[in-house]
Amino acid sequence: MSTAPVSPSAAALRASFGDAIERVLVSCGDTIVYVSRARAHDALAWLRDTPGQDFNYLTDITAVDYRDPERPLEVVYQLRSLARRADLRVKIALDKRQPLEVATVYDLWKGADWLEREVYDMFGIRFAGHPDLRRLLMWETYAEGYPLRKDFPLRGHFSRSEQTRQALAANPEAHYSLEELSIAEAFAELPKDMQERLARGERGFIR
Amino acid sequence: MGLINPATASESGETTVVSEMSPNWVTTRLDFLTNWARSNSLWPMPFGTACCAIEYMATAASRFDIARFGMERQSFSPRQADVFICAGRVPFKLAPVLRRIWDQMPQPKWCISMGACASSGGIFDNYSMVQGIDTIVPVDIYVPGCPPRPEGLMYGILLLQKKIRGESIVDEQLRQEQLVGPDGLFRPAARVDELSEPFGNSVHQTRSSS
Repeated sequence: MSTAPVSPSAAALRASFGDAIERVLVSCGDTIVYVSRARAHDALAWLRDTPGQDFNYLTDITAVDYRDPERPLEVVYQLRSLARRADLRVKIALDKRQPLEVATVYDLWKGADWLEREVYDMFGIRFAGHPDLRRLLMWETYAEGYPLRKDFPLRGHFSRSEQTRQALAANPEAHYSLEELSIAEAFAELPKDMQERLARGERGFIR
Repeated sequence: MGLINPATASESGETTVVSEMSPNWVTTRLDFLTNWARSNSLWPMPFGTACCAIEYMATAASRFDIARFGMERQSFSPRQADVFICAGRVPFKLAPVLRRIWDQMPQPKWCISMGACASSGGIFDNYSMVQGIDTIVPVDIYVPGCPPRPEGLMYGILLLQKKIRGESIVDEQLRQEQLVGPDGLFRPAARVDELSEPFGNSVHQTRSSS
């Protein structure tokens, strides 16, 4: 196994944030930095804005729930600097006994919008400050919990007939409302003909 | 009696009689005629959600060409379709859409469940997947395979044609709409649970992971 070098960003983070950097390790050539929940947003903002770091692209946000129930849940940020062609993985360990909440990074990377919604949908981790934190993959009235948690049964909590009943009771058009598509806020900026067409309620009512 | 070849008839100088049995009328059974027409002019409504849809496209394209069976027109509107072909897995989120499309199709209508996932949930025995579309719409033909080859789907279509030829237009129950009932299901809940039971390798998976 080759010994990949630790990303210099890790040492730079240590110098700036001290104890907030809980752990640094290298796995399969990738540097992983554990940051405390309280300072995570500052650290991510610092990584984005500091010259020499320039992590201007958020590749992914995801989370990991380990099989060991004592182990904390981890929120994972995969960052990339397009200019420097460098990657960095930042993790936040979340104690399951505490409320599962971290600060949103939507203000840093707009692409975090749906990524955070997906993590919220699948793991139930709340992102404080997110403008529109709703379920993304499962429908909004989904009541069985958070599917990617390890304590979630593979086939769901409800019986198959109950799942089918709830699915058939859903309104298939509700998922394609203008609100869902987030056009409602941009209504004033739409072309005139589009405004008229949408206001008529062809695809749903907005105003 | 019967046809006389005009070419040879003129040579022999006989009177040309095309036919004593004029083909202007024919005796048949109404059921036969109706079923013959219906089975040879099926218009499919493709509901392709996954890899089976690729095989469906191959079936519809020139090499296999389901137009040979009267399925010339792919109907992408459920209101002008006879056969609903569900090609691919159906998540619960899509179930109301599938049901709505089925309800929009006028009678007479039939349903082909193409592939393992549409028929039984396939390998997706999990929280998000409908365990066979027969829990949400009535199915006439199940085509096995993952995905089925075009020959498999064509065999299913031929089976459906055979089934249609055995139908009777006076059978009132045959064309009755099977709507979603007041309990929110179109089959009894116990039947849905039974249809969704794990089978094959799935039975070795635990219901709870803990």
